[in-house]
Amino acid sequence: MDSVFPITLTLNGRTVTHDAPQRMTLADFLRQTVGLTATHIGCEHGVCGACTVYVDGRIARGCLMFAIQAEGCDIRTLEGLADDERMQALQKHFHARNALQCGFCTSGMLLTAHQYLGSQEEPSREEAREYLSGNYCRCTGYQAIVEATLAASDELAAKAGCKDEEAGRAEA
Amino acid sequence: MLKRNDARADKSNFVGKTVPRENARRLSQGRGRYVDDIAFRNLAHVAFVRSPHAHARILSIDTQAARAVPGVIDVITGQDIRSMCQPWVGVLGHFPGLKSAEQYPLAVDVARWHGEPVAVVLAESRALAEDGADLIEVEWEALPSVVDPETALESDAHVIHPELGDNLAFRLDLEKGEVDAAFASAAHIAEGTFHFGRHTGLTLEPRSIVADFDPALRQLTVHHSTQTPFQMQDVFARHFGLEEGSVRVIAPDVGGSFGLKLHVYGEEMAACALSIRHGRPVKFIADRLEAFQTDIHARDHRVKARMAVSAEGEILAMEVDDLTGIGPFSVYPRTSAVEGNQAIRLMGGPYRMPSYRGRLQVVFQNKTPMCQYRAVGHPVACAVTEGLVDQAAHALGIDPLEMRRRNVVTQDMYPHTSPTGYVFERLSHEECHARLAEMMNYERLRREQAEARERGVYRGIGFATFIEITNPGPAFYGVGGARISAQDGCVMKMEPSGDIRVMVSVTEQGQGTETIMAQIAATHLGVPLERVRVYTGDTQTSPYGGATWASRGAGIGGVAVMKTAEALKENLLTVAATILQAQPGELDISAGAVVSRASGEERMPLSELGRIAYFRPDTLPAGFHAELTAARHYVPQGYPFAFTNGVQASHLEVDIETGQVRLLDHWVVEDCGRIINPLLVDEQIRGGVVQGLGGALFEECLYSPEGQLLCGTMADYLTPMAAEMPDIHVGHVETPTETSPLGAKGVGEAGTAAAPAAVMNAINDALSPFGASVSRMPFTPERVLRALGKV
Amino acid sequence: MKAAPFDYVRVSCFEEMQEIFAAHGDDAQVIAGGQSLIPAMAMRMARPSVLLDIAGLPGLSGIEDTGDAIRIGAMARYVDLRESALLATHVPLIRDAVALIAHEAIRSRGTIGGNLAHADPASEMPAVVQALDARIDIRGPEGQRSVPAAEFFLGTYAVDLAPGEIIVSVTVPKAPAGRLSGIQEFVRRSGDYASAGGAFVLDVENGRIAAARLACFGVCDRAVLAEQAAATLVGQELAALDPEPAVKALASEIEPTADLHNGPATKRHLIGVLTKRLLADMVSRSGKAHG
Repeated sequence: MDSVFPITLTLNGRTVTHDAPQRMTLADFLRQTVGLTATHIGCEHGVCGACTVYVDGRIARGCLMFAIQAEGCDIRTLEGLADDERMQALQKHFHARNALQCGFCTSGMLLTAHQYLGSQEEPSREEAREYLSGNYCRCTGYQAIVEATLAASDELAAKAGCKDEEAGRAEA
Repeated sequence: MLKRNDARADKSNFVGKTVPRENARRLSQGRGRYVDDIAFRNLAHVAFVRSPHAHARILSIDTQAARAVPGVIDVITGQDIRSMCQPWVGVLGHFPGLKSAEQYPLAVDVARWHGEPVAVVLAESRALAEDGADLIEVEWEALPSVVDPETALESDAHVIHPELGDNLAFRLDLEKGEVDAAFASAAHIAEGTFHFGRHTGLTLEPRSIVADFDPALRQLTVHHSTQTPFQMQDVFARHFGLEEGSVRVIAPDVGGSFGLKLHVYGEEMAACALSIRHGRPVKFIADRLEAFQTDIHARDHRVKARMAVSAEGEILAMEVDDLTGIGPFSVYPRTSAVEGNQAIRLMGGPYRMPSYRGRLQVVFQNKTPMCQYRAVGHPVACAVTEGLVDQAAHALGIDPLEMRRRNVVTQDMYPHTSPTGYVFERLSHEECHARLAEMMNYERLRREQAEARERGVYRGIGFATFIEITNPGPAFYGVGGARISAQDGCVMKMEPSGDIRVMVSVTEQGQGTETIMAQIAATHLGVPLERVRVYTGDTQTSPYGGATWASRGAGIGGVAVMKTAEALKENLLTVAATILQAQPGELDISAGAVVSRASGEERMPLSELGRIAYFRPDTLPAGFHAELTAARHYVPQGYPFAFTNGVQASHLEVDIETGQVRLLDHWVVEDCGRIINPLLVDEQIRGGVVQGLGGALFEECLYSPEGQLLCGTMADYLTPMAAEMPDIHVGHVETPTETSPLGAKGVGEAGTAAAPAAVMNAINDALSPFGASVSRMPFTPERVLRALGKV
Repeated sequence: MKAAPFDYVRVSCFEEMQEIFAAHGDDAQVIAGGQSLIPAMAMRMARPSVLLDIAGLPGLSGIEDTGDAIRIGAMARYVDLRESALLATHVPLIRDAVALIAHEAIRSRGTIGGNLAHADPASEMPAVVQALDARIDIRGPEGQRSVPAAEFFLGTYAVDLAPGEIIVSVTVPKAPAGRLSGIQEFVRRSGDYASAGGAFVLDVENGRIAAARLACFGVCDRAVLAEQAAATLVGQELAALDPEPAVKALASEIEPTADLHNGPATKRHLIGVLTKRLLADMVSRSGKAHG
């Protein structure tokens, strides 16, 4: 039987400690030990992208890291972005545009799109396709995902524009 | 007054409207509940020992070391499982001559494909089960393997099942009209050999099951990522000797299926057997390597075909010889004869071709079993037919789109019977072609192609006209003896709040079944969409039915829902009339309220009807009983299938130095009858096209000459990803089927059916200045370079 | 697909690491970014009994200017390489290469040291460090040593690392004035391992190529320098560069090995096409830069 070891990390903004076997991947740890199941496991060899999570502020594969390596790390999953404005915009447009069917790739796809919009001021269709190309989706054919990502970006830009305008007015 | 009535009615009409899926909101927030997400107490896990050989005799299995691993609960071999489970044979009566061998969940004595399970370890965790499996020693005697279907029938080929006599699983010959005369008189004969690589469904959620047996009740509850809960309920009950009613199959959220998740797999059966033996829940989640080794594979056809055409470009006849390898068994319970059967029957389907000769040989081989996957047989028939049509058009100097226009079955010919016996109620080929040419701006595209060629840029335009089998009736499986329901059922109730609950036997795997059913129910009841909830996927709570496969969910399940909604509405109006002391005929339901049929004036909200009917029936006349639940079933009748049709076009660029194909654009015009939800229909088409593009360009289960599967990871088995996929433009023609009151046909497979053919024709169009062509899928850069003579 | 059991040890100094290697030998395995090792462990193709996490070892991180070279810590991640201003200024080829490596979620964890030690024949970095004439800095029980990149790769997944040795850094000479560099690859899909790839460096003096280093990846059993092909370029005038002799030399000096999707003949053909295209691209970019 596997011995377990305590692992302390920041998970979705809170410091937590859980016991896990040394050979358990971060993805299994999140799902089985912690019980956060938005992160999915599609291949366990780092190719499909379903287990994508934020590790110290950058997206990474949850299956390509042992949980014990995450000691002291800042891990954020889809559950931890529920109040995030950018994520909410993405979720809204994924829903409206039917950018998901079975939903199994969706968490990973959303996190990747989230980092993309966070790192790029003016996303383009071609660049979005490229950025999302590490995440496998078998259902949609990708076009809806790309379009939903760009629609979320437009909405966020419009909101930011309004805020800038308001700020400008306030200053004036 | 009349105006208000119309407005109300419009508010209650959701059929034909774009409605986002409520499920998608839940799934986009990570709130899905797939099998592996469900928590169980006392859960045990399995891992399998698999054959490293394509074909080998098991001399001995030593399980002692595995049993000694702390945390290992049990180890079972093929010999052990014979007493735990009734075997199965994948044959059906309506494929005369189809043969296959008896199969158990684990190989007994002989393993017949690389990856076939031969022993299973039950342990406290999956990791520990794998530790145990690692320590199992199997002594093997390698046997000669049959890998290439071309050699399976040779006299010196090793016979995989000696008791069957040879490796021929099934043979079918079709002949209609004057084939030899047609070829003798043809102005031109187009000819070719087409290869369709083995690929696989690759659902992102792998096959998943938790079997949970309660020995006290002898009740088996199975949480299963399946398309077909009722079929599996029947299979589990019969093969484990349980009462049908003691087996409950629950399909929670399913992470993709595509035809892959409706077959019987040894691993799932072994998980059930171990749960029954140990009286605790047992989980099997296929890992990706196991998925490649044991999920059904698809295609693997070699088709030699020729087409006779007149000088005017009229298709006179086709002659087709299809050889397909299905692995060592015909898969249970649907059999592996279906794909070949459909492939040779769909040949030439869109066209007026009078004469046809088709031969199908389905052979055993030592590879992963092959069975039905999205668009069963269609991509094969479509690519062969459309490839020959293009060849003929090229030879005769006729534009490929014009060639198709000259040959399609026209409006004045319906109902029309194809030479292979398929009956078409009414299709819309001419309209679809016209719409496509307009959408893609065909003439401009041809001009641009010519200009690009001048610059040494080689672009191609390829077409593929298609038909798709949808809404299958009992002729599909039931008549052959398979206990797979051809009908579907619906139960619908109104709750005290006036809300509607719908239980329906068709299932949801992301295509939007539940939303479509809600749209139909809301429309035919006259309630707001948000007042309707749909429940699927639980044999204990849903009415019995066939579920979702072969593009039947909307067209069959939808009618069951429609009829149930009509029945419930009638019931509710009877209650309302009693309360309001009116005649039911004077009343209607609209926007969630009982209204006056004549004026549209609201008489009482459904919540008030619910309050009275449920809580104050004392206020109703003696002897009156409010019926607040209705149930109806539906099976399609008249035609064996409701065919859909359409046309696709691919525009791409071939790098003639690297062989790389870049997809530029893809168009689809299709006719699935009445469209219930345009958004969902378009996305079904796009997703289907991309799976077809995968088969055309990327996906292939590669084997060594000895039968070793060479692609065990998603880095080796290439699937379409976002960067390489084109935008897919979708257009529609709507020809509602008159066989059902709903008028809807299926749309799940149309995209996959014709995309490979369109890409093949586009590549060959691009290569035409070099006199080169390809016909072996997938069209890898290396194959394109070979066609060009560069390697 | 779960890794076989192992003991995880996060070492904080080299001495501790050496003790573990002394006790466990080949059963101990270093983990850096883990992006290739963990899949191999998941499939139980790699099954170390001790997994040594070196993230806490001193001196393995950071990218620093050492005067005439840039020293890249072995644990520098691809994203660090991409975002390094020092590298952008002095060795832009590395940044260009990172854009071709896998996908963002891998680039955030994969390290240069782990990549080089793994030595996948189709990976970009082993070719890049050879094209740049970098040195691989190694530390082990016998102390420190430094190996020219061209001598480090011995075969598929085989490198010049003795038991107990790890890569501590990669030292890359700063690009001299007049250097042109470029990387290209043919892939089936974006982010895939290359069917054929090249990382080329040309040093130009007075309009003529004074030195050339052509490294090819995804073609042979390891990333290789095509020295004869490079020699055909030396002395040529850049503006009138004729790639044909290089293509010809390349075809005869390399021994392509098949991958799952491409046979040797295809590889040989593809690397020839790539050589022409990459050289043309480098020449054209240089023209633009000067124009």
